[in-house]
Amino acid sequence: MRKWPAAGLLGTIALGCGCSRNPSVLLDPAGPHAQATGWLFWLFIAVATVVWVIVVGLLLVLMLRSRARGGVVAPPAHPVVSTEGRLRLIVGGSVFATFLILTGLIVASFTVDRDLIALDRQPSLDVELTGHQWWWELRYPGATPGETFTTANELHVPVGETIRLRLRSVDVIHSVWLPNIAGKRDVLPGVDRELVFRVDKAGTWHGRCAEFCGLQHAFMGLTLIADDPQAFKAWQEAQRAPAREPQTDEERFGRDVFVSGPCGLCHVIRGTDAAGHSSSAPDLTHLKSRTTIGAGAAPNTKGYLGGWIVDPHAIKPGVHMPTNLQSPREFQALLSYLETLQ
Amino acid sequence: MSAPRIIRDVSRLPTYSSGPSNPMWWGTLAFVTIEGLGFVFGIAVYLYLQTHNRSWPLGPQPDLLWPSILTAVFLLSEIPNWWLKKRSSHHDLFWVRIGLAGMSLIGLAVIALRGFELTTLNIRWDSNAYGSIVWFLIGIHTTHVLTDVFETIVMAVLMFVGPVDMRRFAEVNDNQDYWDFVVLSWLAIYITIHWLPRWLEVAP
Amino acid sequence: MTERHWEQVYDENAPRDTAFEELALHEKLTETWSQPKGFLGWLMSVDHKSIGRRYIVTAFCHLLMAGMLAMVIRVQLAYPDLQVLDPDLYNQFFTMHGTVMMFLFAVPMVEGVMIYLVPLMIGTRIIAFPRLNAFSYWVYLAGGIMVWVAFFINSGPDAGWFSYVPLAGPEFGAGKRSDIYAQMITFTEVAALAVAVEIIVTVMKFRAPGMTLDRMPILVWASLITAFMIVFSMPAVVVSSTFLILDRLIGTHFYNPAEGGDVLLWQHLYWYFAHPEVYIIFLPSLGLASQVVETFSRRPMFGYRAIVLALIGQGFLSFGLWVHHMFATGLPRLGNSFFAASSMAIAIPSGIVIFCWMATIGTGRVRLGVPMLWIISFFVLFILGGLSGVMLASVPIDLQITDTYVLPSHIHYVLMGGAVCPLIAAAWFWFSKLTGRSLQTSLGVLQWALFLVGAFVSFGAMFLLGISGMTRRVYTYPHNMQWDTLNLVASLGAWAIGLSFLVLLLNIALSLRSRASAPNNPFDAPTLEWSTSSPPAIYNFARIPFVQSRDPLWDERGELPVVSGLRVDTREILVTSAVTADPEMREHAPDPTLWPLIAAIVTSVILVASIYTPQALVWGAPPLAIALVAWLYPKHILAPRPEAVPEEETI
Repeated sequence: MRKWPAAGLLGTIALGCGCSRNPSVLLDPAGPHAQATGWLFWLFIAVATVVWVIVVGLLLVLMLRSRARGGVVAPPAHPVVSTEGRLRLIVGGSVFATFLILTGLIVASFTVDRDLIALDRQPSLDVELTGHQWWWELRYPGATPGETFTTANELHVPVGETIRLRLRSVDVIHSVWLPNIAGKRDVLPGVDRELVFRVDKAGTWHGRCAEFCGLQHAFMGLTLIADDPQAFKAWQEAQRAPAREPQTDEERFGRDVFVSGPCGLCHVIRGTDAAGHSSSAPDLTHLKSRTTIGAGAAPNTKGYLGGWIVDPHAIKPGVHMPTNLQSPREFQALLSYLETLQ
Repeated sequence: MSAPRIIRDVSRLPTYSSGPSNPMWWGTLAFVTIEGLGFVFGIAVYLYLQTHNRSWPLGPQPDLLWPSILTAVFLLSEIPNWWLKKRSSHHDLFWVRIGLAGMSLIGLAVIALRGFELTTLNIRWDSNAYGSIVWFLIGIHTTHVLTDVFETIVMAVLMFVGPVDMRRFAEVNDNQDYWDFVVLSWLAIYITIHWLPRWLEVAP
Repeated sequence: MTERHWEQVYDENAPRDTAFEELALHEKLTETWSQPKGFLGWLMSVDHKSIGRRYIVTAFCHLLMAGMLAMVIRVQLAYPDLQVLDPDLYNQFFTMHGTVMMFLFAVPMVEGVMIYLVPLMIGTRIIAFPRLNAFSYWVYLAGGIMVWVAFFINSGPDAGWFSYVPLAGPEFGAGKRSDIYAQMITFTEVAALAVAVEIIVTVMKFRAPGMTLDRMPILVWASLITAFMIVFSMPAVVVSSTFLILDRLIGTHFYNPAEGGDVLLWQHLYWYFAHPEVYIIFLPSLGLASQVVETFSRRPMFGYRAIVLALIGQGFLSFGLWVHHMFATGLPRLGNSFFAASSMAIAIPSGIVIFCWMATIGTGRVRLGVPMLWIISFFVLFILGGLSGVMLASVPIDLQITDTYVLPSHIHYVLMGGAVCPLIAAAWFWFSKLTGRSLQTSLGVLQWALFLVGAFVSFGAMFLLGISGMTRRVYTYPHNMQWDTLNLVASLGAWAIGLSFLVLLLNIALSLRSRASAPNNPFDAPTLEWSTSSPPAIYNFARIPFVQSRDPLWDERGELPVVSGLRVDTREILVTSAVTADPEMREHAPDPTLWPLIAAIVTSVILVASIYTPQALVWGAPPLAIALVAWLYPKHILAPRPEAVPEEETI
């Protein structure tokens, strides 16, 4: 009799999660943190289902069994002493059972918590994640300035290595959440925090900001790409290099438009004279190496990029980037140049 | 319509009392608790901010002179306050009138001293978090001083002008109990702001 | 039982209730206790029943308006990429929904119920400090009007109902929106603290003789504990919201890390208040449900003392949970573990109450009336919410599910199941007592079914959305996340809840058309309020009852024993001792007056003006002082004069 609700619950969860593009840690953990939490989560769901079914079922049985028959309102009864004594045992026993269940759950929780802390030792890669309204700045510090680079919104990590994200916000409180990888951690202004995790299989996962941070909290996505170590190294080398030199006249003109126009006031393209800072706006040195623009707001295609440049508010209303109206010639040149920034 | 089952006759109960049998006493206690908790949270915030900063205070310490004079006046005022409460418990209208007048004058002196103190805090509320919390603590205490002195003056007028019945004495006692609270809360703030940093010697 | 007799009783010759027969007594008391007529009289009223009704009606209006916001939010979220609400408007909508529900509906509604019922349940005629009670209502009303007016002029709060800094701070919270929020807190907390003080004094000092603490109805215990919780928790939020206004208005740096402040300070202060706040909402609801369960099970509540101790336990424990709202902020792990354990532990006293109810139901002769249907809904919905709460108490799980749609699922299950269901059960139970009319059962069953199915389905869908990765407080979501179906289901469920409230409104409207003719005690309930007429006379009880058990109307099937001797020519009540309820004193209850309203208007003007300038406090203090003096200055001789004052000298 109890199998049906449990099966129904599992089915519903599977339907709910499996159907979504982001099955939760319950169905698709990609690292040890998520794995441990997923196991704990299933335990809690199972216990909760059983408890709910028992208590609600028992209530309905009790109510129906002791209902006054024939629509008569029974006179108030005084409790019988012998029944009260037995009731005390039953209720006391139920309370004790509750206590035991909760103790079991908290012990399980503490065990997993302890295991998660143990996983956080000896990270091999540091990445600085800075939260902005409404994008993520990612800085990969290297041994020398030449080996240090900054990118935005797309976090590449090598598979199997322990990564430490150092978290800071420049404005309001954000929260970094990669559901299949690890629990979330708030990104605070004025306080340093860290999130340590490991990804055990290659692939792409989608995270997002998980603390309400204003108008575009809904579209502050963080893409995590876990590469094999060689692929990661190759990506790292490519990112360290300055921007590709423009090959054609149009591209060169486009670079001029970028540097001398409003773009360069905020955005950085390493290897150009743009005066922007990688803390004001996303670093565009390798813009086209990323899969989305606007922190997941739109795919990184020429068409969307063009639309974004002209009016970012059509895609992500409220962002801090202003609209940009240029002459068609400047606009096409700029777009051609940006398309070369692999 | 059967006859009512009367168990007890309460017609000769008094219409006034003082202490826990008087509902107003409980009301005063409740308000003192609420406002006292405001001070508790204020001091807790002070300590919280202190532990979240590498050095503390964040700027020059307030001068010790005026607050110390104020503390002495507060402590000494407990003597006439205690005496006034005794006279009031004995329903001694004449001396209660004198006592309230005296406590009113003391209150005005305290307000003047508080004014001097505010000029020697050596920091503004908008300089940094230390300035903010110091001004906040002294600010809420000042609000309590002002309201209690005002109430004392009104009570003094009332005891002279009337209508006076036996209930007034419990009200005088409640008001003077509140003065005790004003003094105690000041001691807590005085120690927190002026002495804790000196005792704990957090180096800049 | 001891009493004090005083030689000098200054009003020996005044008429007492001993001297009158029933009908004449009723006439005399009605004449003495009636409040002035007309609109001006309504403004001057200090009658707890009138003020309690106002609280209930006003809170219900806030519920309906904030509920309509939710209906629109669920339209916006029913399909991906809709543009019914732009992000700015959406942020105001969800902030207003949460803020109004928590501060302007839930707490004031339980306050209103306590204000109305507690004096009737303990056998007295007033709530303590009746003029303060009136003042508190006007202040509450003003705060509610302020925040809705702000919303309608596009200046509604938009930083979420718990308004984290720095988003709500001076740098990122543009305009006056967060100032409105912070000041609304001041309005509602002033009102709530006043009511809390009144409840404590009423329960401690005005109980009918013989009603020892051990004989108080469970709702009265719940009210008393709630009042203490209000006193101990609200100063924290007053402090935190004051800091927010100061940061925004005069440049203080409480929450500014660049100048020694801390952003987490807001969260600590706020959650220290807001976690007990949800138990402030929950405990009276448990009390209301307990009264329903007892009456409809036809037997005294099993485990009365265990339930009382469990309520006290929840009251204390709720102060030790607040960090569970902050597990993701990176505080030291050891602290997190403590709060995880305490957050789980509080499930035990909740369980005690629920198991005692089940024992009562199981050994009673249950009458399956509409209120009992809502007890079923409580079990179905609240236990789901409580179990998701146990999940949230575990730190590793919380770090996955917090700030996702699991949170709205959890909070709505516990609030709908644990507060709204008992409140609706109470509405059905006491409706005839308040209005003298009855609601229709058929519409009631329809309302019940719509609500239960809607709530179960909607918040269940939200739970699944949360574990599918959907974060909360998002104005829309893209189609490729495949959250479409679950969101639509959540919206359908929510609209069903809305529909259930329309059915309730229809039912109330239909019932109010009929004449007030309900009997005193239609459900044969055991507590004192059921011995009064429906609605009760203005003076509540013709003579103060004398109580000898926990269920007086079940143990005295005939005429209730009473005490006599109170005056009938002035408003007089009986004051008894705190623990054993021995008669101690006769107290004069204040006459109706306009001063609480005037003081409330002055206070409201000061509070609203101080959003714009600190000068408001300086300029507003003198008028407020005048209003308070006019209110509090004694007007009558109501006790013997002291010997030093000869007759001629006094007024």
